Amino acid sequence: MMYVLIVFLPLIAALIAGLFGRSIGDRGSQLVTSGAVVIAAILSWVSLYQIAFLQTTEMVPLLTWIDSGDFDVSWALRIDSLTAVMLVVVNTVSAVVHVYSIGYMAHDPDKPRFMSYLSLFTFAMLMLVTSDNFVQLYFGWEGVGLASYLLIGFWFKKPTANAAAIKAFVVNRVGDFGFALGIMGIYLVFNSVSFDEVFAAAPDQVGQSFEFLGYQVDILTTLCLLLFIGAMGKSAQIGLHTWLPDAMEGPTPVSALIHAATMVTAGVFMVARCSPLFEYSPDALMFVTVIGASTAFFAATVGLVQNDIKRVIAYSTCSQLGYMFFAIGVGAYPVAIFHLFTHAFFKALLFLGAGSVIHAVSDEQDMRNMGGLWKHIKITYAMMWIGSLALAGVPWFAGYYSKDAIIESAFASGTNVGLYAFWMGIAAAVLTAFYSWRLIFMTFHGAPRASKEVMSHIHESSNVMLIPLYVLAAGAVFAGFAFYGPMIGDGHEEFWGSAILLIPENHIMHDFHDVPGWVIAAPLIATALGILTAFNMYIRRTDIPVQLAKTHSALYQFLLNKWYFDELYDFIFVRPSKAIGRFLWTFGDGKVIDGLGPNGIAGRVLVLARRASQLQSGYMYHYAFAMLLGVAAFVSYFFFAGGH
Amino acid sequence: MEIGLAHYLTVSAILLTLGIFGIFLNRKNVIVILMSVELMLLAVNINLVAFSAYLGNLVGQVFALFILTVAAGEAAIGLAILVVYFRNRGTIAVEDIHHMKG
Repeated sequence: MMYVLIVFLPLIAALIAGLFGRSIGDRGSQLVTSGAVVIAAILSWVSLYQIAFLQTTEMVPLLTWIDSGDFDVSWALRIDSLTAVMLVVVNTVSAVVHVYSIGYMAHDPDKPRFMSYLSLFTFAMLMLVTSDNFVQLYFGWEGVGLASYLLIGFWFKKPTANAAAIKAFVVNRVGDFGFALGIMGIYLVFNSVSFDEVFAAAPDQVGQSFEFLGYQVDILTTLCLLLFIGAMGKSAQIGLHTWLPDAMEGPTPVSALIHAATMVTAGVFMVARCSPLFEYSPDALMFVTVIGASTAFFAATVGLVQNDIKRVIAYSTCSQLGYMFFAIGVGAYPVAIFHLFTHAFFKALLFLGAGSVIHAVSDEQDMRNMGGLWKHIKITYAMMWIGSLALAGVPWFAGYYSKDAIIESAFASGTNVGLYAFWMGIAAAVLTAFYSWRLIFMTFHGAPRASKEVMSHIHESSNVMLIPLYVLAAGAVFAGFAFYGPMIGDGHEEFWGSAILLIPENHIMHDFHDVPGWVIAAPLIATALGILTAFNMYIRRTDIPVQLAKTHSALYQFLLNKWYFDELYDFIFVRPSKAIGRFLWTFGDGKVIDGLGPNGIAGRVLVLARRASQLQSGYMYHYAFAMLLGVAAFVSYFFFAGGH
Repeated sequence: MEIGLAHYLTVSAILLTLGIFGIFLNRKNVIVILMSVELMLLAVNINLVAFSAYLGNLVGQVFALFILTVAAGEAAIGLAILVVYFRNRGTIAVEDIHHMKG
């Protein structure tokens, strides 16, 4: 019953606020949705205790959905430790964001719609994490995609917001296509889409292959790669990441909830959920490692030069998701989920803090127009420090435990791709520390660059926005310390139980505790290096960044333009498909189908009618002549042919 | 030369043809068309009377009288229409009467 409440309270709240928002008013819909999600969040913590610490697993059957021959799909809630952790993450961040939105969206005319979308998203995400089979997972997967689209395009009068929403939807469809193929393949191979049956049957498929275009292809690797393409789309990994920075067009609470803490981690969750498949496919894991490590590094480099405060954090999210994926790739699923867990807190904190900054400086997002704000908004300043310390992995903050564990496990895996991931991770750690403090220094320190009018309006946010920040800050400080032991320390086997499968050959969870001292020190040194460089460049010698941008202008432009991914895709995919669309529209549809079909027939009728109407001259004697000819014809006919 | 049925019929045919051509070669005015119609009716009358005399049957002449009556009525109505038409349009030239043009 508790689990049903956790999942369906947000849906009920979304329906009430969405359908009856006008009658219950702004305040009413804010209370209904926030109340429902806060209750769900409290229940989630209870369920985390029950499931993960008392080592139980709950199955709650709900409804039969599809029952056709062998194909049996039912709605059911599957609550194991993996789900319980995700429930806590989703509901806590969501509850915090709901409350924060009351303050942040205070001047928006469409509050009920916003709150309803937020709750709808929460429901879809909960369906995703509690799913019991692949089809239900897909339902949640598409549900969060829809909610993400609605929320990115929430300010639908802004053309950029609409474009970003469409981009997010389309890029996600590319990944979802792979995911859908993976699910179909799973049904084809295992004759079932239920997690239990598929995972139980997975070991039998090891080494099996099928023939494709004359090649022998490994079945499990193919399935895992297809599923991973879905995860790449949702979790914005390199290649399918282009939508995430643009998604920052949405309201800031949305960025915090969907595009930092919860939805984008769905890919990580899904791959961890499918650990019984991925564990048997070393090739797929290798691919995951390479993609994750490359994304971690790539996104961090782009984050270095962005000027939009939200985009910096967005690329940071992208980079951190890369960390999670290469942790999965080296087999350390619990470490990846642990990082997901801690990351949710500090990334949501950073985003909501950024929202507080944006709120303070009259909706300005460009860091070049900020500076010197720390005296005016001290609490937000402190919160951004906590978030950045946690993100950079400074000791005893949340990120320290999870990120270092990821880097250590990459090293401990001992494989070549593991080492690649390790060095990429170290490099990304330097960059992460650098861009985090660049953000802080540019926003809060130095001389104010905002106009006098803006500066005079600067004010600290109200309590309804600050209290959520305190909650998340508590998470960013304590989540790593408190959950390190149970999640990835000695207690991890009892904690995860059967939720995550590690094959007996996989010792990574023990090995990463025994890495050499320099490996443990490396991320810390990297972080210190990054922070000091940022300090040097943005506090002591503020002329260095300009100099660097000038002397290395090619590199600077390359990074500023995000490695030209958007331009490349525009050239390879967008323009050709527009050209094809235009061709099919003007020629295929316009000329061929319309030309031969409706327009053609209508045109011929018109011509014939014109001809016929020319007979109607209107002159009496023409009609008389026609009559005469007719009579003559009849008479002749009866003369020569008639009468017989 | 005795004037026989063939001569009457020839005259009648000539009159009919004149009437027909009068209708659609005429470019002047509608009254000419009315006159042409009368001409055709007269041609028919000559036919009827000629056959009546030739066959010794009075029915033909009775019909001829009927046709004369109808022709008189037709001429009256036709002229009345023409007058009204002229009042409304200011012309009865055949060239200008083509409001039924499609």
